[in-house]
Formats: sequence, C-alpha cells, structure tokens
Amino acid sequence: MIRLAGNSQDGIQSAGAFLARLAGRSAQEVMTYMTIPSTISGGPSIFQVRIGSGEVLSSGDEADFLVAFYQHSYQDHIGFLKEGGVLLYDSDNVQPNLDDKRFVYVGIPITGLTVEALGGTAKDKGKNIFVLGLIAKVFDLDTEKLTNLIRERFAGKSDDIANTALMAFQAGYAYPVGNVLTKLYQFEPAEKTGDRAQVTMDGNQALAYGLIAGGVRYGAGYPITPWSSVMEILRSELPKYGGLFVQCEDELGAVSMALGFSYSGHLAITGSAGPGISLKTEAIGWASMAEIPLIIVNVQRGGPSTGLPTNVEQSDLYQAIFGGHGDSPRVVLAPATVEDCFYTAIEAARLARKYSTPVFILSDSSLATRIEAFHEPNLREVMLDAKLDLTPPSASFKPYPLDHVTRHAPPGTKLGEKYPVVTGLEHDEWGHPTGSPKLHMSMTAKRRRKLQLLGEEIPTPKIYGERKGDVLLIGWGSTYGPIHEAVKLAREKGDSISALHLRHLNPLPNGLEQIFAGFQRIVVVEMNDEGLYGYGQLATILRARYCDPKISSLTKTDGLTFRVKEILDGVLTQK
Amino acid sequence: MSTETLPSPAPDKLTKKALTADHPTWCPGCGDFAVLAAFYKMLEKRQLPHENIVTLAGIGCSSRFPYFVNTHGAHFIHGRAVPLASGVSLSRPDLHVFLFGGDGDGFSIGGNHLEHGARKNINLTYVIMDNFVYGLTKKQTSPTSPIGYKSKTDPTGAIDQPVNPMKKLISAGATFIARTHSTQINHMITMMERAMDHPGFSVIEVLSECVEFYPGAFDAANPRKGGALKLIEEKKYDNTPEDDARHDITDELAAYKLANDPFPGWFGVFYQNDRPTKNALEKKWIDTTRAKFGGAGDVDMLQKTFDRMK
Ligand SMILES: Cc1ncc(C[n+]2csc(CCOP(=O)(O)OP(=O)(O)O)c2C)c(N)n1
Ligand code: SF4
Ligand SMILES: [Mg+2]
Repeated sequence: MIRLAGNSQDGIQSAGAFLARLAGRSAQEVMTYMTIPSTISGGPSIFQVRIGSGEVLSSGDEADFLVAFYQHSYQDHIGFLKEGGVLLYDSDNVQPNLDDKRFVYVGIPITGLTVEALGGTAKDKGKNIFVLGLIAKVFDLDTEKLTNLIRERFAGKSDDIANTALMAFQAGYAYPVGNVLTKLYQFEPAEKTGDRAQVTMDGNQALAYGLIAGGVRYGAGYPITPWSSVMEILRSELPKYGGLFVQCEDELGAVSMALGFSYSGHLAITGSAGPGISLKTEAIGWASMAEIPLIIVNVQRGGPSTGLPTNVEQSDLYQAIFGGHGDSPRVVLAPATVEDCFYTAIEAARLARKYSTPVFILSDSSLATRIEAFHEPNLREVMLDAKLDLTPPSASFKPYPLDHVTRHAPPGTKLGEKYPVVTGLEHDEWGHPTGSPKLHMSMTAKRRRKLQLLGEEIPTPKIYGERKGDVLLIGWGSTYGPIHEAVKLAREKGDSISALHLRHLNPLPNGLEQIFAGFQRIVVVEMNDEGLYGYGQLATILRARYCDPKISSLTKTDGLTFRVKEILDGVLTQK
Repeated sequence: MSTETLPSPAPDKLTKKALTADHPTWCPGCGDFAVLAAFYKMLEKRQLPHENIVTLAGIGCSSRFPYFVNTHGAHFIHGRAVPLASGVSLSRPDLHVFLFGGDGDGFSIGGNHLEHGARKNINLTYVIMDNFVYGLTKKQTSPTSPIGYKSKTDPTGAIDQPVNPMKKLISAGATFIARTHSTQINHMITMMERAMDHPGFSVIEVLSECVEFYPGAFDAANPRKGGALKLIEEKKYDNTPEDDARHDITDELAAYKLANDPFPGWFGVFYQNDRPTKNALEKKWIDTTRAKFGGAGDVDMLQKTFDRMK
C-alpha cells in the first residue's frame, strides 16, 4: 500500500486518481484505491493506493510505502508505516528522524527537481505528477497507459498544460529511484555477515564522507543538480573537522578558490556537473601546469549544455580526460557503487597528494541518489592525515625538478634564500617563466611521466567470471550493477561471458592486453553516444590504446540506467 | 627576565636585497616599477616574517609582479586571482596575502570575482595597477579606457562608458578603498601600509602609466608634468571648523561623491569600514561547531556520523 501525504493544493488526489484509473483500465487488475481527502481546503491531505499484485510489496493495513511532501505529512503519517517500510520524502521540505531505524529512508528533492524540470514558474504545481513518475518507475507501472491518461485528463486545455504535466512525469520517471528501491528490497537482515555493521547512504554522501576520510578539509563549489548535495554535506560537515567549504559566485571562482586552498597546503575539492566543469576547465589546466593537487568531482548528467538535468549519462569521460587546451595530463577515477564512492574518494586524495596532480572523480546522477547499504569501513585503517606540512624541505629543494615528482613547499614554509613562484607559464625547475623549446619539451614530458609512474601502481582489475571465453563486457561507473547481473544471468544459462569494471580510466590499469587476449569479443557498455565512428567514449579510448579490433561498443542515450535485458539483447544482436 | 633564557636569534632582516627576485620584464619607464619599489619599501619598513608573505596575481603586464618579489607566490590565470587569493586567506590566517593585477584583469574578466571578494570581505590586500589599457596584449581598449581613447579595438576612439573603480568598489562592499599615483612613492607606501593593516578586503587603485601604449595618461595628476595631485583630507575629529570640510572615510555617500569628481579625481583613502571579515565569521562558525562536538578527533567524528547511518 502506498500512502501519499501532502497538502491538497499539491494535487495529490489527481496523482492518486491517475493510479486508480490505471488500475481500473489495466488488464492485469493491479490495484485498488481509497482516498481520505482533507476537510480543510488547502490543508493537509493524503491519498492511499493499494497495489494488488503483491510482487514487491505485501498488502495490509499499514502502508508499505509512504510519500511525505511536508514535515507535517511525515509526522502525521509515519505511524502508519509498516516496520521495514519505505519513507519517500521531499528532502527539500522534510527532515525525518533518521535515528528511527525501523524504516527505510529515501530522500528526493521533489520540489527542487520539479522546478528544475518545469522552470521556476511551476512552483509547487507539478510535484504530484513528478511523484507519479517516480511511483511508476518504482512499481514498474505501464507508462504508456499512464501518459495516455495524463493526455486525456488535460485534453481540451492548452497544449502547454498537457506538455508541462508530461514533462513532470518524464522527469519523475527518469529519476533513478528504481535502483534505490530494488536494491533496498534485497537487503535482508540475514545478509549481515561478518563483524562489521552495515551503513546505509547515497552515493553523494559516500563521496563526501570519503573525501573527509581522505583528509580533505577545504573545498569550494557552486550549486547544480546532481552535485549540490556533496557541497551541502561538506559545508555542514567540514567545520566539525576544523575545515571549510565555501559557496562561490560561480564555478570559475569555485575552482580558483579550491586551488587557493590547495596551493596553501590543504588539498581541496571542487565539483559540479557538466556545465560547471566546462567553466572550471581553464583553471584545471593551470593545476596541471603548476602541478597543484586538486580533486574535481563531476556528478554527470545528460548533456551537452543544460541537457537532461535530472537524467543519467556517462558522456563526460572525454571532458574529464582531455578537457582543456594543451597537453594537460590528469587522473580520472570512476566509482562503481555507492560503497566505491567512499573508497574512490580516499584514493583520489592519496593520488592527488602523492603526484601533486588534479584528479577527477566521475560519478553520475544514478550513483549520486541511489541508496545502498555496505559494510562500515574501518576508519582507523583507511583515514588519511589532513595536517598542513610546513617542514622546510632539503637544501636541494626546487618546485619543479625535472627528475622528481613535484613536491611543493606551501607558503609559510621557511626556505633558505629563494622563494618559489608556482605558475601556469611554462617554466624552468625554479618556476621562472621560459620560452625555451627544450624546457617545454622536458617539462611536458615530466608532467606526463609522473602519470605514467602513477599508472605502474594501479593493480590489474579482477575479472568477474572466467578468464577466457566468448565475450568480455567492460564497464565503468554506475553500470556495474546491471552489467554484473547480466553476466550472472547469462552464465547461469550457460553463456561464456565475463565482465571487467574499470575504476581507473586515466591512466588505465596494467595487464589489460593479457586479459583481452582471452576473449573472442570485448564489448564496452556505457551510457553515451556511439559517436561519429560507432564507438562510445571508453570504447574509443580502449581501441586507441590497445589497437584491438575485437573491441566493440554498446551504448545508449535515453537518459535511463541500463536494464539487464538491454545489455543481454545488445550483446547478442552484435554477434 | 631569567638568566637561563637564551636570546632568541635575531630574525633575518627583510632587506631590499632579500626581497629582490627576477629583474622585471616591464618596458623601461613603465609605472609598475615604482609600485614594485613602494612594495619593497613598505615590506622593509614593516619587517614581516619573510616566509609568511604571499604575492599572487592573475595575467597581464602588472600581474607579472610575483616573479619580481622574492616571497612565496603564484601566477594564476587571467581574472581569477581574487578567488585564488581568497582560498589562501581563508585557510591560512598566518599569512599576509598580497594580490597584484591590472584593470582588465580586475574590472573586466575578473569583475564579478572582485564584487564577491569585496562583498564577502575577505582579508587580503589587492593592488590594481590601472593604466587604462590592455598592456600585455598590446593596446586594446580596457574597461577603464576613457571615451575617445584610440586603441587597436577602437581605432576611432573608445565609445563605451568606462568603469569607475572607486564607485564599483564602494557599491560592492569593499571595506578599505584607496587611490594613488605611481609617481608618488611615499603616498603609495602609506596607502599600502594602511591597506595591509586593515582587517578585510582592502583595495588600492594605482594610476600606473603604460609608457608604451598610453603615454602621459596620468600627467593631469602629476605635479612634475604640470598637473595637480588633489589629496583627500581626512577628518581629524579635532573640533575645528576646518574639520567640517574634511572627508569622513566611514561615510559611504561622501566617498561616492568624491568618486564622482571628473578625471583625474582625488587621491587617498575614499572609504574604510570595520565590518567583520568572512575569515572571522567562518572561524567563529568552525569554533562553535568544534566546541559543540567537544573537539573530537577526526576518526571519532566520522565514526559518530556513520553510527547514525546504521
Ligand atoms: C582567458 C584569457 N583571455 C585572454 C587572455 C589574454 N590577455 C592576457 S593579459 C590581458 C589583458 C591585460 O590587461 P590588464 O589586466 O589591464 O593588464 P596590463 O597588461 O595592462 O597590466 C589579456 C586580454 C588570457 N591570458 N586569458
Ligand atoms: S606594455 Fe605598458 S604596461 Fe606593459 S610593461 Fe610596457 S609600459 Fe608597462
Ligand atoms: Mg591595464
């Protein structure tokens, strides 16, 4: 049973009515409904729907699923939620008591996302239809019938109104909430093996806390979906650790301020989604040239331009690796799961410091908002030191030695006679500007070589399945789940298929050639376009790197996460 | 003093020699040389700990400044030096943050950052060498070029209304605003000292002649070239009738009126205000947050957060 709780002017009734009418029309008799409308016009209101199929949720007097639009909706109705039930709440308006462990919490900025999808004039209107889209996704409802119902409902009104409603529905449906809940329903208490407890959070939280664990204490950003919650968390959390996150006037300011923190000896983080990363690009090039450590988080969404703000896509890989002018090598990492967001952030911090380099973390909107449970990390073991180091370096100190990885002496460090200027101009070992062709050659090579050195320490990723076979699926980022499920299913059916997931995208890990040699076909699965020549972004890079004609590409650009079936069908039809 | 106490070693004296780095690459006669000389003199006079001085800049002829000063420094990208310097200032209260740049760097490409650095009142000192032209890129119109100035991008004379730096800074909320002239070494030193001593976003506009692309631009305020340097007389609060006519530097409106005077205008401190800095406000927030959690160590703090997510 689903209970929607909000105010009557939010149109909860009409959302519920759509569900009810869908039930009425549906051949497979899916649901019945009941409403408890409010007596006070404009006051609190609820709408309750019971799903008949019982596949995912069992019926009963208590709600399995509560949607709370406001704090009062949450307070008044949480008592009706079954133990183990799901509270889906508008995180823009509701702050639930997360300490109450009886329920599963799924916070979604419904108000913000609706405004983002429809434009500011939408205000509170459209939230109901957005939620309808969310529910349709969660319960796998017949979207064709639902969109027809919406069209019918607004027939006779202006096209604008119907289109707006459809846009709200699509935005809700596109929101990656499906993952959240399918995952959650798989959590069984019996799974709690081992001595470490499980922690539950979304990908942006895991990323933010991973950065804190990595000793990152300073950062700067500018809001954009789906990155904002990383900066919101860091803004509140970092002061607890004596650090600071600043909201800047724009992304140009944010990346510059983060570089100011890093230059001062405090490894810093900045982040955004595609549009903001585009703005940061010039300064990231400076970080490459001046060899300043920096972590840049890109929570990817559909692009280019404002694109699909609330949909998922993996189309910023080229931008992460190559974005900007000149030869500006940087590290690019991509977490595969929520848990991996935590550990990837720690690795990013370690690498940025060790190699004095910018490091990209490529997450995406599906990872950002998906909630997963994972074994609580052993913080004492994994946390990195955040201390500012002003120890005077040895007498042979130079900021840009040709034969060593750069290790800057931050301001405040007492030096002998000469003080260094870090710079974006090509320079000699002391940082003096130079136009010397020889120095530009050797410094360019120095900046490249340190990433080659870094590449040597990247372990060969583990293969899921056999080491030899017909097909090897390669993925990166949030497609980990569906790819592995697809491989599992196909293997159960007897297919010879394995999977490899890459966290390190630049530089690539060692030993991939040997792995590729064991397979007839290598299919790179990614959520971006096949490009002018028929290959997605990672596929193109792998083909350039390994010159292996066996490498092919399976891509899609519908703004939705891969379904297992899509992967299996896609791999099959390519044969 | 107890006899056991060893005399602390005399700190290294900050001499002009210790402060001198690369020989400036500016054209002979460029006004920026004098700004550099004034900066050396000010530092020699004040004897700050050498390692705690930071010299930062964006891009432009004037922005080459850090290479010519032997202190920790960074040469950043065009227009973004204010947020860079803000990051240094906010995370390192032990440092003296000095920022140098030109009119294009500060008022055009970096105009928005200037506004927000001022609004947030970040503790740093920013010296803008205003030559009314783009020097490094060789004579294009700058945001301060006067109407009629003939440049490569306005061959028949500039037509756009120039920025009035003083007005821009007052309305943005900068808390120390002064104007000086690169032929007036002592005046520059005084302005730099007062700016440095001011806790907050302190900005000095120095009219600094580009001998190459706008020669004679500031002669009107140079007594040696037949001009007149109109110095702002600040209130002394001495209860004399003359004091009524003097400028109250805490009066925003009066400062705005001074800034309205036609070129070459007034020189001296236009405005000063002791609004709390972002540095102080953030520190207060950090301190109260830390106190609320009993100053727990990093591991315990994160563990507590994770315990809530179980
Ligand atoms: C993003 C970017 N755009 C343009 C330039 C080219 N550029 C370098 S300095 C400059 C203007 C410099 O003028 P100003 O800031 O007044 O300094 P001045 O040289 O006059 O001291 C320009 C346009 C650049 N370096 N970077
Ligand atoms: S071009 Fe103008 S501003 Fe640049 S160094 Fe020469 S005189 Fe100075
Ligand atoms: Mg200029």
